[in-house]
Formats: sequence, C-alpha cells, structure tokens
Amino acid sequence: MTATAEKLQKRVGVRETLNHISVITKRNMLRNIRLPQLVFFATVQPVMFLLLFNFVFGGAITEGTPAAPEDYINFLIPGILVQTAVFGATQTSLGLTEDLATGIIDRFRSLPMARSAVLAGRTIADLVRNVFVNTLMLFVGFLLGWRFEQGFPSMVLGVAIVLLFGYSMSWVMATIGLTVKSPEAAQTAGFLPIFPLVFASSVFVPVETMPSWLQTFAEVQPITILTNTARSLMLPEEVAASLGLDTGTLILQSLAWTAGILLVFAPWAVRQYRRAVD
Amino acid sequence: MYAVEAVDIVKTFGDVRALDGVTVRFEPGIVYGFLGPNGAGKTTLIRVLTTLIKPDSGTARVAGIDVVTDAVAVRQRIGLAGQNAAVDEYLTGQENIEMVGRLYNLSPSDARARTDEVLERIELTDAKDRQVRTYSGGMRRRLDLAASMVGRPEVLFLDEPTTGVDPGSRLNLWDLIEELVDTGTTLLLTTQYLEEADRLADRIGVIDHGRLIAEGTSDELKNQMGGDVVEIHVTDDDRGSAFAALTRVATEEPKQEGNSLTIPAPNAAHTLTEVVRELDAVSVTPRDIALRKPTLNDVFLTLTGHKAEEEKKPAPSRGRRRQS
Repeated sequence: MTATAEKLQKRVGVRETLNHISVITKRNMLRNIRLPQLVFFATVQPVMFLLLFNFVFGGAITEGTPAAPEDYINFLIPGILVQTAVFGATQTSLGLTEDLATGIIDRFRSLPMARSAVLAGRTIADLVRNVFVNTLMLFVGFLLGWRFEQGFPSMVLGVAIVLLFGYSMSWVMATIGLTVKSPEAAQTAGFLPIFPLVFASSVFVPVETMPSWLQTFAEVQPITILTNTARSLMLPEEVAASLGLDTGTLILQSLAWTAGILLVFAPWAVRQYRRAVD
Repeated sequence: MYAVEAVDIVKTFGDVRALDGVTVRFEPGIVYGFLGPNGAGKTTLIRVLTTLIKPDSGTARVAGIDVVTDAVAVRQRIGLAGQNAAVDEYLTGQENIEMVGRLYNLSPSDARARTDEVLERIELTDAKDRQVRTYSGGMRRRLDLAASMVGRPEVLFLDEPTTGVDPGSRLNLWDLIEELVDTGTTLLLTTQYLEEADRLADRIGVIDHGRLIAEGTSDELKNQMGGDVVEIHVTDDDRGSAFAALTRVATEEPKQEGNSLTIPAPNAAHTLTEVVRELDAVSVTPRDIALRKPTLNDVFLTLTGHKAEEEKKPAPSRGRRRQS
C-alpha cells in the first residue's frame, strides 16, 4: 500500500526554486544588516583601507600613476573597488560555515526546497552587500577628490564588471568554506589566496615597480586585469592610454576570468555542499 | 498505510554501526517514542527518516513514500525539530517561521497567516518581533517546534525535544506536544528520558547500540518485568549479604543499581514478606523497602544490562553558540 495514487513530486519546480532563492536571499540580507561584525566589515573596514592607502601611500606612489600625488585617488579607487569586492566575497564562506555550525542547514534540507537555493541565496545576498559597499567607497572616494572622467555609463560598466567578478569569487569562497567547514578555518583559508593576489597586483601600486619575476605574475593574474579594466573605464582616456590600457581587450579578459571561475567553482561548490551535509 | 515503515535499516559511519538493522512500523495518528541512551542511534534513525542521510541498506517509507527515491515528496509531508534549535538568531520569531512557511511553498499571505496561528499556539505571540538571540532556551525550543509545524506536516519528527532545557520549560513543552497530538498529528519523538516516553508516547521502541531491542506500550514493556517488584536500599556494608538474601527469594539474580536491589515480586505482598524474613535472618536492616510497579528504568535494565539515563539531571545544553 503506497500513496502513489497521486503523482509524487520528484523535483522542485523552477518557479518554486526562484521563490526559495529569494526567501534565502532575503534572510541572508537581514543577517548582513543585523550582525554587528558584518556591518563593521562592510562599512568601517573598507573605508579605513581607502583612507589609509590614500593618505599613507598616496604621497609615495607617484611613479607610473596618472600624475601628481593628489591624483593617486583616481588611480586608487578602481583598484580598491576590486579589493573590496574580493574581500567581501570571503563573507560567503563565513556565512555558509556558520549556517553549517548552527544546524539551520539541516532544517533547510528537511524542507521541500531546492538545494541550490542555499548557495544561490547566499551568493546573491553577498553580491547585494558588495553593491552597497562599493557604492559607499565611491561616495567616500568622491569626498576625497575622486572623479570619473569618461562619463557615467563607463563608470557604471566598470563597477558592474568588478561586482560580477566579486560574485564569481563568492563561489570560490563557498567552495573553500564548505571544504574546511569551520567558520574560523574558513576565514583563514579564504584570505590565504586573496592576500597575495590583491597585493601582488596593480590595485595599490603600478606593477612596474615590482621585481621582474613578480611583475610577470602580477600582470597576468585576474586582480590586475580587473583593476586595469576599471581604470581604463574611469581614468581620462589619454591617461588610460598612457598606462597602456586597452579597454576592449581588458573587458573581454575580465569577463573571461569571471566566466571561467564561475564554470569551475559553481559546480565544485555544489559538490562540496553535498559532501558537507550528506 | 503506515505513517512510518522502516525495514532493516543499516547505517555505518566508519567502523561504527550506528543503525544495525532497525525495523519499525506504526500507523498514523499515534505518538511513537524512541527511547535510548546517548549514542544509541536515535538521531541517525531520525536523519534517515527525514531524508537527511541515506541508509546503507534497508528501505524506509514515511507517509507511504520512499525516503530515498522520493525525498522531495517526503519533505513536503514532514516537519523536523532537531536537537539544536535550528532557528536563525538574528531573525525575529515571526521572520523565522514565515521563512520556513515560504520554503514549504506557502504563498506570502498564507505563510503570514499560518505563522500567526502557530505562534499563538506556542504562546510566542508577544515575543514574535524580537530577534531570537534574545530568547531563552525554552523559547527557542518552542520556536523550533513552531517551525516544524508551520507546513502542516502529516508526520512530525522531534529529536530529543526537551534535552538541555530546564525542568519548567520541559513541562511546558510536554503540554504543547500533548496539545499537538490531540489535533491528530502523527508524531515520532526520541528521548533519553523514561519519564518523557512514558508520558507522551503511545508506543515505545527501546533502542540500544543501533538495534531495536523491545517495543510496545509503556504497560506492555513494564509487564515484561512480570508485574510488581520489590526494591530495597541497603548500606554499603550490607550489600553483599542482602544480595545473597534476595537471591534466595527470587528465581533470578537481583538487579543492582548502586545500593538499591530489585527483584520481581510475582506474589506481591507474600514476596515482600519473604524478603523481610530473609534479610532478618542475615541481620540486615534495609534503609528502605518497597513493593512497587516496575518503571521503564527496570525494563531498560532488564533488556540492556545498563541504565537508560546516565544521570537524573538534564544533560548540559548542546546548543552551539556563535563564536565571532
């Protein structure tokens, strides 16, 4: 005797899945707003980075930057947007590992919800958070004298490309978090690849000042590509050209990195999720 | 159709056979209690039945639906409240329940209405707009219970619903669970407290080392002890001679728990008299002596050779706190 007289639902439908993703996204956004340490990480910390780099390094770093020290802010802002988006992505691993630790993932898994909603809802909420933080950075940058020189649409395109890259990095962090499982380990493991990538790049300084072996690495790695893309869309065109930035190529390279990372790490994160919970 | 039907479920973790061939089935509308000590396999069984883990072998159906091949359909029909109150600390009570309601595919307005109803029922209406991190342990358990009910499940699973809560909250939770049962929900609960199983469950399955070692109503299990028992308490010095005295009266070896000795009393008062006579013959004066009905503890001791409860006080809270 079974209940198969009625047709049993085998899978969660597309419409339901989208609903579940929006419910989980909303839940994570509420957490992002309400957890004091998350709010700190999303506001005070990036602003502090911006101020420190601008005023501490700004005077020293003029070689290879657009011009005078007071223009460092124009050089810095595109880079700091990338840095902020990538640092922000580490929140994805933290959020997921905390959910694993509190047992709420077990509740989700006992519900007739799409499994993908847990990961999608987390990464989307973190993307929304990154939109907010990057907007805040632009606002503070503006107060410090930053100006975009190629018009509003170019600037927005630059920010959008950076945010999309940040979203792909969320999946890298999800993979790492679901592999190491504990929130503390996730934070350490997440920053391990990020620090060398962000600092050995064109984010804060021109790569020309680095030793040649490091320069080679710095020039090809995605953080530099993304930073240069944002610069080529925000600095005055002649300055961008003098830095050797070719906008079209850079955009393509940025999107290729983003797509490549998503293609590798989204399925990998899903697999690690299954492993972590089964 | 059975509400739950598990046949020969085996689940191993490394070298540990957490479930070693469990078979259990019961009909809808009753409260079934799994009773066993920590590590007996109760939680593993719940996790199999609620589709959280797959068994290594054996089959299980909940509400007539296979938990492995039709997991989504099973999830639509069940509710689960686990050992750690799985609610979100930084959402309000209402936000938590509404979220779960939406994940059961209720429409936004249905989810809201149902949330109000459920919160009213567990008496959390006054606290519904507060973030859960301000709740007491007992309130969290109640909210967790509400979350498991919001989807109107056919079968509700409660994994140690009162472990780690203070005695007052425990009584309160028992009342809530009893009310819930009155509305006809099928309930499967696990517990390490004999008193809890005795009070809430229509049928009890005793589980130990991954096996179901006995099953029946509370009375049936007690009758396996053969009716009344005589229990004496003696001093350390008298224990040896008292043991020998009781052995002369009983047909089997006395059950020993510290300085308390128990034997079956098939002839009730007559057996009691015999015990007194034998103790007197060896000059033992018991500190306490009683003819009483057997408890589930006696049953557990008979079946497994060890006690069900390691200690009388509630286990320390296992709810994990956030670190950072």
